[in-house]
Amino acid sequence: MPQAGPILSTRHLLAIEDIDRTQIETLLGLADDYVALNREVAKKRDTLRGRTLINLFFESSTRTQSSFELAGKRLGADVMNMSVGSSSVKKGETLIDTAMTLNAMNPDLLVVRHQDSGAVSLLARKVSCAVINAGDGAHEHPTQALLDALTIRRRIGRIEGLTVAICGDILHSRVARSNIALLQKMGARVRLVAPRTLLPSGADRLGPEIHHRMETGLKDADVVMMLRLQLERMAGSFLPSTREFYKVYGLDSDKLALARPGAFVMHPGPMNRGIEIDSAVADDVERSLIQEQVEMGVAVRMAVLDALSRNLANTRKAMWV
Amino acid sequence: MSRIAFLNARIVDPASNTDELGAVLVQDGRIVDTGPLPFNDPAGGAYDIVDCEGRVLCPGLIDLKVSTGEPGNEHRETIASAGRAAAAGGVTTIVLQPDTDPALDDPALVEYVARARCDVRVRPMAALTHGLKGETMSEMALLADAGAVAFTDGNRTLKNTRVMRRALSYAATFDLVVAVHCEDPYLAEGGAMNEGETATRLGLPGIPAAAEAIIVERDIRLAELTGARLHIAQISTRASLDLIAAAKKRGTKITCAVSAAHLALNELDIGTYLTFRKLSPPLRSDADRQAMLEGVISGTIDAIVSSHDPQAPDTKRQPFAQSAFGGAGLETLLPVALMPFHSGDMNLAQALAKVTSDPARILRFSDGSGTLAKGAPGDLCIFDPGTARTIRREDLLSRSKNTPFEGLSFQGQVWRTYVGGRKVFEAAS
Repeated sequence: MPQAGPILSTRHLLAIEDIDRTQIETLLGLADDYVALNREVAKKRDTLRGRTLINLFFESSTRTQSSFELAGKRLGADVMNMSVGSSSVKKGETLIDTAMTLNAMNPDLLVVRHQDSGAVSLLARKVSCAVINAGDGAHEHPTQALLDALTIRRRIGRIEGLTVAICGDILHSRVARSNIALLQKMGARVRLVAPRTLLPSGADRLGPEIHHRMETGLKDADVVMMLRLQLERMAGSFLPSTREFYKVYGLDSDKLALARPGAFVMHPGPMNRGIEIDSAVADDVERSLIQEQVEMGVAVRMAVLDALSRNLANTRKAMWV
Repeated sequence: MSRIAFLNARIVDPASNTDELGAVLVQDGRIVDTGPLPFNDPAGGAYDIVDCEGRVLCPGLIDLKVSTGEPGNEHRETIASAGRAAAAGGVTTIVLQPDTDPALDDPALVEYVARARCDVRVRPMAALTHGLKGETMSEMALLADAGAVAFTDGNRTLKNTRVMRRALSYAATFDLVVAVHCEDPYLAEGGAMNEGETATRLGLPGIPAAAEAIIVERDIRLAELTGARLHIAQISTRASLDLIAAAKKRGTKITCAVSAAHLALNELDIGTYLTFRKLSPPLRSDADRQAMLEGVISGTIDAIVSSHDPQAPDTKRQPFAQSAFGGAGLETLLPVALMPFHSGDMNLAQALAKVTSDPARILRFSDGSGTLAKGAPGDLCIFDPGTARTIRREDLLSRSKNTPFEGLSFQGQVWRTYVGGRKVFEAAS
């Protein structure tokens, strides 16, 4: 059964940078329990009964948004989805005004995705509920890193000492930044494999080893984490063509053979098949953890919602009479 | 098994700083022995003997900057006709520019050019950007696999600094060489010759020397930012030389070359609107020309190139400002490269290094070409260093005959050229 008592020392979950290894391990332990729950017929708990969860997505999302929605509902919260298309942001409202408006409706948990780095923490400073970063620009996506960690830990039994190669479009990736932080906190060796045009400058200062070739980057890796090539963010010339990218960096079985025998393949989705990953690898049930990552996503988000709700006050100071 | 013994040669191998009398043995297209004495040959027997009669035998020349019109403008020059001109000039490897029509920006085209029939070795550079348009980078990894030895937009300077940065950064990923033509396109637009007094007297629009230095410095800074291997294909001014010397002192991975014309000629040689001397970059002041010689002698300039770019007669028989840039150069590279030797500023090995081992080093040829090492290809140039020769267009083998050296006399005459142990040129006796 999930352990009782506080888990996180902060009101929000904005970045992996803000939490420590013990907190991560406790969250993963709690998530393990929710994995078991999610596999039962009766998946419903009342942990969040009476609480309101708002999904506020300024960028479109399928898996993250539905994963949070399910996580909230399984814990008994009332869940509302707001996406930019139908909101007053389209009418020119500023981010802070949107936040203040939502805050006045007294939600307890606010899940936010925004295209600008730092926008979620700006919003968090303006509201009285708990805020979860569901991805801000190229900064962080902490629940993705947590679900990746849970997937690895359940499959291999540990994270400490593993070599994880994160490959592809590092430059635009918040998933990469959160994973670099989390995996290193957990004692894994992280490698980044990318052309120089898709590596942010000073990436080596974050701790990982930098490789430009899959041949060296994948050698002896236990886990190969492919990233989506974010073609929609590629204004200007980062790459000559997707066919060249596939030839040099696309993960196919030949390249995967360079990793440790039996190494696992991960991808945060959505995949560009035939660009960063070959279907034969993506669909290999022995090696690919991609579907498992999606399952772990719901459990991890339940754990995060549970943990943050424990820090919520039971009564709320009214903002006005 | 074919075996050729080159006897009685003055062997000059710049890579090993050798200059001695002796013999060279080439077997099945590769050098198997060189030395002061006739080689030890346990098998004994059958050689074809070439008596060099005391002439200089050096590695075949490597020319890093050759343009042909193939594909697209074969009336100017084909790869085969450039190959005949190269062989006559002692050049055994020509590095082709990608500014053909279509441009060499596709792996299939690079393979086609690399396999073209030619008396000498053809090593193509590929386009740095698609269609040489300066907008999106080319498929450098695929092109390198197809045989591209470096990447360049030919005589076009990439205008967009951000695209240039990304292209250099991407090239650095694979440790590929990027060759650049440095000329600010806005400053150079419409210019026909070096800006200054001579241009003013001739009433011709000028290209300021600063147009080159500005881009040289930009590209050096970008190379330092990205870690790319930068080769400045041709410099022509003292300002550029100083910038490159400073960058080399800082440890930047940078190399540069100068064309034979810019070592031998200056802007005054344009005289009465001689369009054969309309080149890109333009011929500069004599102070700049002397700086180029100094740079060669000091080593700041790594290589001498022919900048062979013959133009069809109809584009040269035009008013100066209307005529095309470029001229033939393959057959005159060796005598110009020998100038610092004849002036006593360099020994023969040092002078020849600029057209043999140094170009090979710039493009990191790993097969030994540009040297006489054992195992290196049997690419040889045998020449009389002191024989004087007047350059006449009717003697040229290039399909288009416009040479900027027309009527000038130089010392150095190629006797024979071999590629892979096969004779590809022999001077008429």
